[in-house]
Amino acid sequence: MKSKDQESRPVDPFVEARGALWDAGELYEPDILRQLGKLAARGIDTGELFFQLARHESWTLEDGTVKSGAFSVDRGVGVRAISGEKTGFAYVDDIGPSALADAAGAARAIARSGDAQAARMPTPARATPRYASIDPIGSEPESKGESNKVALLKRIDGFARSLDASVREVSVSIALDHEVNLVLATDGTLSADIRPLARFGVSVLAERNGRRERGRGGGGGRFGPEWLFDTTAAEGYAREAVRVALLNLDAVDAPAGTMPVVLGPGWPGVLLHEAVGHGLEGDFNRKGTSTFAGRIGEQVASPLCTVVDDATLPGRRGSLTVDDEGTEGQATVLIEDGVLVGYLQDKHNARLVGTRSTGNGRRESYAHLPMPRMTNTFLAAGSTDPGEVVASVRKGIYATSFGGGQVDITSGKFVFSATEAYLIENGRIGAPIRGATLIGNGPEVMQRISMVGTDLALDEGVGVCGKDGQEVPVGVGQPTLRIDEITVGGTRA
Amino acid sequence: MSTAPAIRDADPEAQAARLQEAVAAALDLAKQEGATAAEAAASDATGLAVTVRQRELETVAFNNDRGLGVTVYVGRRKGHANTSDTSPGAIRDTVRAAVSIARFTEEDPCNGLAPAELMPATLPELDLHHPWPIDVAQATQLATNAEAVALDADPRIVNSEGADVETHRGCRVYGNSHGFVGAAWGTRHGISCSVIAADDAGMQREFEYTVGRAAADMEAAEAVGRKAARRALARLGRRPVKTGTHPVLFAAPMAKGLIGHLLTAIGGGALYRKESYLLDSIGRRALADGITLREHPHRRRALGSAGFDADGVATQAKSFVEDGIVKSYVLGVYAARRLGLATTGNSGGVHNLVVEAERKEPGSLLRDMGSGLVVTSLMGQGVNLVTGDYSRGAGGFWVEDGETVHPVDEVTVAANLDAMLKGIAGCGSDVDERGNIHTGSLLVQEMTVAGQAA
Repeated sequence: MKSKDQESRPVDPFVEARGALWDAGELYEPDILRQLGKLAARGIDTGELFFQLARHESWTLEDGTVKSGAFSVDRGVGVRAISGEKTGFAYVDDIGPSALADAAGAARAIARSGDAQAARMPTPARATPRYASIDPIGSEPESKGESNKVALLKRIDGFARSLDASVREVSVSIALDHEVNLVLATDGTLSADIRPLARFGVSVLAERNGRRERGRGGGGGRFGPEWLFDTTAAEGYAREAVRVALLNLDAVDAPAGTMPVVLGPGWPGVLLHEAVGHGLEGDFNRKGTSTFAGRIGEQVASPLCTVVDDATLPGRRGSLTVDDEGTEGQATVLIEDGVLVGYLQDKHNARLVGTRSTGNGRRESYAHLPMPRMTNTFLAAGSTDPGEVVASVRKGIYATSFGGGQVDITSGKFVFSATEAYLIENGRIGAPIRGATLIGNGPEVMQRISMVGTDLALDEGVGVCGKDGQEVPVGVGQPTLRIDEITVGGTRA
Repeated sequence: MSTAPAIRDADPEAQAARLQEAVAAALDLAKQEGATAAEAAASDATGLAVTVRQRELETVAFNNDRGLGVTVYVGRRKGHANTSDTSPGAIRDTVRAAVSIARFTEEDPCNGLAPAELMPATLPELDLHHPWPIDVAQATQLATNAEAVALDADPRIVNSEGADVETHRGCRVYGNSHGFVGAAWGTRHGISCSVIAADDAGMQREFEYTVGRAAADMEAAEAVGRKAARRALARLGRRPVKTGTHPVLFAAPMAKGLIGHLLTAIGGGALYRKESYLLDSIGRRALADGITLREHPHRRRALGSAGFDADGVATQAKSFVEDGIVKSYVLGVYAARRLGLATTGNSGGVHNLVVEAERKEPGSLLRDMGSGLVVTSLMGQGVNLVTGDYSRGAGGFWVEDGETVHPVDEVTVAANLDAMLKGIAGCGSDVDERGNIHTGSLLVQEMTVAGQAA
């Protein structure tokens, strides 16, 4: 997805970030280098300063009126000192010389460190951009067409209501984020990244014969809001929300027990995120707390499975030009033809196990420590026609959308909750079923993937991943696939 | 270890005075910028969190969070803006941003401050501020002690995710253009431990925690470690269960979640959006007979205590459900106006909600259940409050004839939430008071349990 600003305004992310962070905080190179020098002392392996400006704007429509809007600004610096396996961390919401000195002093408390060393400013690194360095909000809240956004929300409200007489409530929202990040570390890292993020959502409530059901649609990515103004994408999300709500009005009770399950393409890729993704994060594997720890080279999934984490997809919600430690975003193959070949690493965990960061060091903000996290995680396309996958099941379910999932990386068990699913009877898609949770064990379920379709799709760009209380935007994807047996948590035993 | 201060030492009164200045400045500016009414909240929180893993210090984190949020009303239009920077220039920019947003939002007759007469004239003394003068070395020692007890408990404890010791203190000031200003400060401390037990069938992780306004209100670090180990060991030896309908006993920490769903369903936001299975439920049954939900906002030293809610409205003790019948919704001022009702002083939620019922010994509840599932962990988001459809991943223990026989993992429990709550057949005396909802175990008469046994 391209935004209009992209062609007309080439910016150097480093120059822009330096202006928004250091210059705005009246922080000059000698002050910064003095603090970096404190973190370069003997007894400290790595020291890092992460400067960030995060701005957010959102608008919400309910009851046919745009009744609220919100704007926020958060600016600060997080300081990290690492000594062996120990990490000291402090942050301040003030980018000024004295606050920075306080934070650097506190972070240093982790180690019995020596005198500060002289530090030099590294040359800023350049990475291949995966999205435009734009501000999707504008420098002042009134500068980027609030009336356009308000008009858009109203247009979609009217459109959703026009689709079916049983639509009772419509809520529409647009949220725009602008992050300016700058990382400076004692390992010679100096890297800036400017990240736009847009998200649009429609939620409808339909009512018929006393029964009410909700349906949702939405999308987004690392770009500005122009795609909503210039295309009929927003109408598409509204159509999707209404379709799901109407469908669920006719849903029957879901079956309970173990059975074959066919998952549709796109968003059901939350399967990969939960069943294998988290379990392959480098911190859990260094500590030996993941069910996948020490299993590189082993067959951990059926040979039909190749799982990739790819930060380089242009404009995707989970994409990163550079991660939050200044490492260039990359594509990492995790599972190849069923064999475990790689983990997701940040710098700290990579260093402790003697490997390199895979560009997966992410943090929610300057006020959080980075950890290995997923970006866009998907299962590669297979060779089976999607229709054949469904036709192969005599009795089971076909699930095409999920509300979310969760995993216990130690035992490997994971759940994901279907929001759109159908019975399959004799190879044919039957009645829609009420929402049900599916539960399985990651390595076991991955071995039971017996068919993989040709129709790889990524989700629409609304995913949020939580770990240790930190939320980051991610993408998921997969083609249609068949799991021979998994537990379905319906009410019909 | 160098001698960095544990956390910035702040005199709460002085801190509150600084935040009051910021709030007053924001309210003045809002008026100057053309707002007809405004409200602002400023907060300042500091803390220390130490993690020890495998008997070594792993992380020392100092937190320092400040913020100011301003809501302005221009007539019946509303705008909101937040900033982490409370310098005069940033406050001005934030107020301008809020006013600018209010120019583009549409009129909503329900927008506006709560009536002035609902603000508290005096604030109750809640006794919530009990700093824990602990430094990094002391916190590290306590975390080490907690983890050591767990690691040494049994050879089958094979690994650890670590033990944490945390201490936080904070102050929040809310003010509005009626002239009400209220300050609330408090402390919160915690110790937690998470360890991994293993046998030939694989690894199982469990955790335990304690939390309190005062360090003296917490359990000993060693007790936290011991319980974490016991819980992890109890997970070993799981056996599959057959799919069927059974009674399900939600252990107290999980029972909190069931009551939380009910409170959301009778909450203003869900009701006016019609996202609740409990629309128009005043006077109707939502829980089994004999169960009452009452909140106690002024309980001294309690985790959920507050003298005023997020709208500045005075809180007061009241019941939401009496003998299973809904008596009051959970409302802030906006939702109340939407529903044509009065606010209940619950903007931001309930305060120290207690589930009152005849309390039975846990053993007696198991005998009442006979055969069924005790749920000690839940996974996933499978709760639809529009319909009450409930389907979640679960782990726990299988019970036969009132006796626990083996752990159970990787099952789902499903039913309709309304039927589950109306069919509660017993409440345990094992009340979990760590948090804002205090309840014992709850015995649900019948759910579909899906498992893997043939």
